[in-house]
Amino acid sequence: MTQSAFDNYEVGPFYDEALAIDGTPRLQARSVTEFIKTLPAGEYRRRQEAVDRALLRLGITFTVYGDENGTEKIFPFDCIPRILDATQWSHIEAGLKQRIRALNEFLSDIYGEQQILNDGIIPRELIEGAESYRVACHGLKPPGGVWCHITGTDLIRHSDGGIYVLEDNLRCPSGVSYVLQNRMLMKRTFPRMIAEAGVRPVDDYPNKLYSTLCQIAPEGVTEPTVVVMTPGIYNSAYYEHSFLAQQMGVELVEGRDLTVRDGMVYMRTTDGFQKVDVIYRRIDDNFLDPDAFLPDSMLGVKGLMDVYRRGNVSLANAPGTGVADDKVIYAFVPEMIRYYLNTEPILPNVETYVCSIEEQRKYVLDNLDKLVVKAANEAGGYGMLIGPHATDEQRREFGHRIREQPRNYIAQPTLSLSRVPTLVDDHFEGRHVDLRPYILYGKDIWVLPGGLTRVALKKGSLVVNSSQGGGSKDTWVLARAFESVTDPDLPL
Amino acid sequence: MLSRVAESIYWMARYVERAENLARFVDINIKLNLDHAYDGLDQWEPLVRTTGDDEYFAEHYDSFERQEVIRFLAFDLEYPNSLISSLQIARENARTVREAIPSEVWEQLNDFYHFVRGTHVSHDSLEGLSDFFQQVKQNSHLYNGILDATLSRGEAWHFANMGRMLERADKTSRLLDVKYFTLLKNVTDVNTTIDDLQWSALLRSVSGFEMYRKRFHAITVNRVAEFLVRDRVFPRSIRFCLDQAALSLDAIISQGQPRDSNPAEECLNGLRQRLVELHMQDVIDRGMHEFIDDFQHQLNEVGTAIFETYFDRAHLDEVQSSQRQSQFQSSPTPG
Repeated sequence: MTQSAFDNYEVGPFYDEALAIDGTPRLQARSVTEFIKTLPAGEYRRRQEAVDRALLRLGITFTVYGDENGTEKIFPFDCIPRILDATQWSHIEAGLKQRIRALNEFLSDIYGEQQILNDGIIPRELIEGAESYRVACHGLKPPGGVWCHITGTDLIRHSDGGIYVLEDNLRCPSGVSYVLQNRMLMKRTFPRMIAEAGVRPVDDYPNKLYSTLCQIAPEGVTEPTVVVMTPGIYNSAYYEHSFLAQQMGVELVEGRDLTVRDGMVYMRTTDGFQKVDVIYRRIDDNFLDPDAFLPDSMLGVKGLMDVYRRGNVSLANAPGTGVADDKVIYAFVPEMIRYYLNTEPILPNVETYVCSIEEQRKYVLDNLDKLVVKAANEAGGYGMLIGPHATDEQRREFGHRIREQPRNYIAQPTLSLSRVPTLVDDHFEGRHVDLRPYILYGKDIWVLPGGLTRVALKKGSLVVNSSQGGGSKDTWVLARAFESVTDPDLPL
Repeated sequence: MLSRVAESIYWMARYVERAENLARFVDINIKLNLDHAYDGLDQWEPLVRTTGDDEYFAEHYDSFERQEVIRFLAFDLEYPNSLISSLQIARENARTVREAIPSEVWEQLNDFYHFVRGTHVSHDSLEGLSDFFQQVKQNSHLYNGILDATLSRGEAWHFANMGRMLERADKTSRLLDVKYFTLLKNVTDVNTTIDDLQWSALLRSVSGFEMYRKRFHAITVNRVAEFLVRDRVFPRSIRFCLDQAALSLDAIISQGQPRDSNPAEECLNGLRQRLVELHMQDVIDRGMHEFIDDFQHQLNEVGTAIFETYFDRAHLDEVQSSQRQSQFQSSPTPG
């Protein structure tokens, strides 16, 4: 790298996480930009290539659905970290804790007394029309009253410098294994850069996860047998399932390894049946138990929900949490925070138009060229229309779908996600990123410092999903707080 | 440990061992045939015969030319017992149990697979082939070393060890068979220089030439057979492999709940006993090939018994139900 590594870098009309609008490095990024300047030409590129080789060797790969040949792909990793200082992080952390608390209250309420519906804060038909609303979960009381034990909330930073919540992933959020592996690769490749910046560690996530899972064990079980449950090797997140089981030192089970006998769940071992107390299930509600949900599911365990209802096994997350990350229900989370916690949201929502509400639908249909339309129940960037980039025909088709099934769609303004310098050939260019922090909720709430920064590697692209050309970056939360006054475009 | 996981670890180990032995098979035949370059007795058919998959070969290949046979044994992705397919299966099994094996084991196996996958050996180049098979062996040794150096001696290691030892016993017996098929064509060569060369080559293929020399010095049919079948301490002899498999099975048994009967144990110990009582001269008189055929049949039965005892879900559920039932019947009625 030469002295001019960032000289020709264009910040552009976006918020750049590393450089201020005038091109000078932000205070929290200064140690990194200075370090890169000290590297000889080509050295940075060489280290990035070493990382790419390590990824293949480690077999850190994911499976792309619908791709028949290349079943496994590397999730690309770019070495320039995304950096948050202590002040920015404590704001995010407080906002996430508040939001999870409210969402958990909402789940207890919605599968209990339904006061929020009775009080007319959320229209009843929106809940009852949610595909992820589970009638079978009514009256359930999970241990400690906690429903969402593991959450991965998607955040973005807009061009105004503010952090917004884009999605609440309350079902089986994935990606945390990449956070740990990214840090491992960074420690191996750029040890000095990490040491000089003073980065908060992430390696204790598996420990915290294991404690959380033990805390939610059925009553009276002091040394619970915890397992991770996967749909199997062909699931796109299989690597993560096995990684987490390995790091926690617990069994990774598939549905076919489990069986229900006399109101208990057992796993089939070489030594006969062994009772299972806590299941961290990485499998959707619908497939959990053919008796309770989809009858033709081959992935689940017959009778599991019955054991759960009796309180003889704990599930993380609890079944039914999906209703709170329905994209329509999302629009009401700020109201939930006010309703349950009697306080104002710390992290705002992205402005959201709910298509089942008539005047909002009209606005959406009139402005399809400016909006992003999302299906209420799709993840991974599927079922989406990015209005400004779509063809007339695609917009017409989505307009038609919205009119047919308004409950299924929401729309949001096209956001300008913040950018982080990213290696492109032999120089750096800004690429758009989002951020998915991970929140654990057992006895109390804990947020992993940082989270997964996903980056859209294609020039100009806003789609960060791994299945669609996204990669990731290490996320650094610095122990140090910097004065924000020297950052001219940081919000007050 | 989960039955499914134990089974995957067992097969992971078996298939890596299978891949290594295929490399040994082909490599030794290349070397053997170098000594026949002068008389034009280049033989590749015996290798195909020992696989027992002659039919598949006949359907897919035109001749027993070297290139064809090597393509079949090493690089045929359609043929499930080729070197590359074996490694692919080993890796798929490892992938399903990554949480149960040390990362280093997975990484080496993954590397090994990518190495074979990425090799574009010209099937005509003897130098390239020899190097390639040498590296396959090295990779397998590295994998085995890492496995032994990093995995606790719990069930996972013992199932892996049992798998690799049973596979090795099977492959050593098949190597003896290569010699048998080669012999057939050259009956007149018995006890000649050529015969000696072939037996030496066979010993080298299991890295056993030097160890054999230390024990017996001169090469005779009886002694080579004795060494490969019944040597107590040579790590690739059939008897040694079965003894090691039995030790692992014992460890698995002693770490588990007591059982009324254990078909795997009975079957394996029966086979070991028959080896102990064996007289090599009888084997040679009655025919080595017949002996090997019979042995492989019995070894398959051991595999089946292990499957039923430890991996078979239907069987497990049945045993558990009947045990629970008998527990229920024998417990005193309250009140």
